[in-house]
Amino acid sequence: MNTQAIRAIYIYEMKRFFRTLLQSFISPVISTSLYFVVFGAAIGSRIDTVEGVSYGTFIVPGLIMLSVMTQATSNASFAIYFPKFIGTIYELLSAPVNFLEITIGYVGAAATKALFIGTVILATAALFVDLHIEHPLAMVAFLVMTCVSFALLGFIIGIWARNFEQLQLIPLLIITPLVFLGGSFYSVTMLPPIWQAITHFNPVLYLISGFRWSFFGMADVPIGLSLMAIALFTGLCVGAIWLIFRTGWRIRQ
Amino acid sequence: MSPIVSVRNLVKTYKTGFQALKGVNLDIAEGEIIALLGPNGAGKTTLISTICGIVHPTSGTVTVGGHDVLTQYRAARTLIGLVPQEITLEPFETPLNTCRLSRGLFGKARDDAHIEKVLRQLSLWDKKDSRIVTLSGGMKRRVLIAKALSHEPRVLFLDEPTAGVDVELRKDMWKVVEDLRASGVTIILTTHYIEEAEAIADRVGMIAKGEILLVQDKAELMAQLGKKQLRIDLLAPLDTLPPDLAGRGLEVTPDGHGLIYTYDTRAERTGITTLLNDLQKAGLHMTDLSTSQSSLEDIFVGLVKENA
Ligand SMILES: Nc1ncnc2c1ncn2[C@@H]1O[C@H](COP(=O)(O)OP(=O)(O)OP(=O)(O)O)[C@@H](O)[C@H]1O
Ligand SMILES: [Mg+2]
Repeated sequence: MNTQAIRAIYIYEMKRFFRTLLQSFISPVISTSLYFVVFGAAIGSRIDTVEGVSYGTFIVPGLIMLSVMTQATSNASFAIYFPKFIGTIYELLSAPVNFLEITIGYVGAAATKALFIGTVILATAALFVDLHIEHPLAMVAFLVMTCVSFALLGFIIGIWARNFEQLQLIPLLIITPLVFLGGSFYSVTMLPPIWQAITHFNPVLYLISGFRWSFFGMADVPIGLSLMAIALFTGLCVGAIWLIFRTGWRIRQ
Repeated sequence: MSPIVSVRNLVKTYKTGFQALKGVNLDIAEGEIIALLGPNGAGKTTLISTICGIVHPTSGTVTVGGHDVLTQYRAARTLIGLVPQEITLEPFETPLNTCRLSRGLFGKARDDAHIEKVLRQLSLWDKKDSRIVTLSGGMKRRVLIAKALSHEPRVLFLDEPTAGVDVELRKDMWKVVEDLRASGVTIILTTHYIEEAEAIADRVGMIAKGEILLVQDKAELMAQLGKKQLRIDLLAPLDTLPPDLAGRGLEVTPDGHGLIYTYDTRAERTGITTLLNDLQKAGLHMTDLSTSQSSLEDIFVGLVKENA
């Protein structure tokens, strides 16, 4: 295992992040505050509680998930797309590294950034609403797993993309709708039965549900199912990346 | 001694169906500098990229330091440094950061003292924290070299290191290559400049259309090049060489109006003075004298034409 390479990629990527730290910090704070003003204060004041939790508090897990998923995806996809785009990928291809080391380096850095943003949002949320986290350890575990799995997905997108439009396409067309429709801002039990059934095909539902369980102790789907879903998703992504590097698909002539 | 780089029957056919390498064989000895000369599209970059692992070979084998570049890629690649032909650098990074990344990627522990040495050697130390986008083209090329040297390779590939570099800087770069060789690094460079091959290489390989046409010691090549021809134009045409002048490598041109004398510039005596005296004694009137020397370029152009 070339641990030096993993370290070097990770540090290099994190440096990029620290250069724009202020921006990385401010934008989630502002967007979270806006969500709380709009959904929490304005609309939420007309809704009493969802499953016994005030609406403002109820949306916190979904809000964190929404940002973490999109950030992890876009960070990782950009991190690998950019070297491909400007040609510096030659160095990765000629270095004594295997797919696992490259993936750990890039995905690790992207997941760390997403985790940082998730934490910032959680802290901002705590300023607006009363937060009591039922299962803190499970909460951290779910957060980390989501960061990692979506960074993996982003990594695949970055390798697949041939131009900047494609890079934005998947997050925009697939991830954002899935996250919004996965119960970020409502409980699935609030939907008509037919939509409830359809929603169960949305993989994001399982993640948000599990994450929400760690906050409030209640979930749309059983917690075991959530864990299985995230494990399956992560496994699929790792498998896909392994296959990509083995065949050199879209990275090696 | 077994070669540090060994290429056997290497074939590369790109997805487009284009065969860029047609069974290349090449052995490179440890510590030598070999220059690969060839016109655009000859396959120089393809050859280097295949050795370095960027391009997958269609068939054939490559070993570096005795390690197969496909099956033992870690051991093989650890030995290799590559300076690509195109300037590919992240514009907003700094030379120092990008060198640290290179070093780590090749499995070496962080060593800022080494990177400082490399950056100083390439006159980049005062630019170490500048964003790459603010550097000049020649500086960027040196950053690429610095990256490759950051991980202390034993074999260095330089793909047209002096393209777009001014004369002054080119000389500096030759000096860097000289220093590297002194420290035992094997260097493979590609170039379009024959004088560059002459100036720094131990051996010269010529490649065209995916085939190696010739690999020769530069000294041998230079010996061939050391031959010079003296052409003597005569007032009255000759049918045959006068008997007095026979036996010293003198030829009559087909039209009879001239004589060609071939000599070695590096010989103790070229025999020109004696020859001219003898011509006068033989009563031949000379109207003009001219000398010519075949350059590496002539040999090269000749070879490429032969294979066309
Ligand atoms: N990715 C590719 N797909 C298809 N053909 C390619 C590819 N890369 C190179 N070629 C072709 O292979 C041939 C050799 O290219 P290569 O870049 O190795 O030449 P070169 O000797 O380095 O030329 P130059 O001196 O211009 O750098 C060229 O005809 C080129 O068009
Ligand atoms: Mg080339």
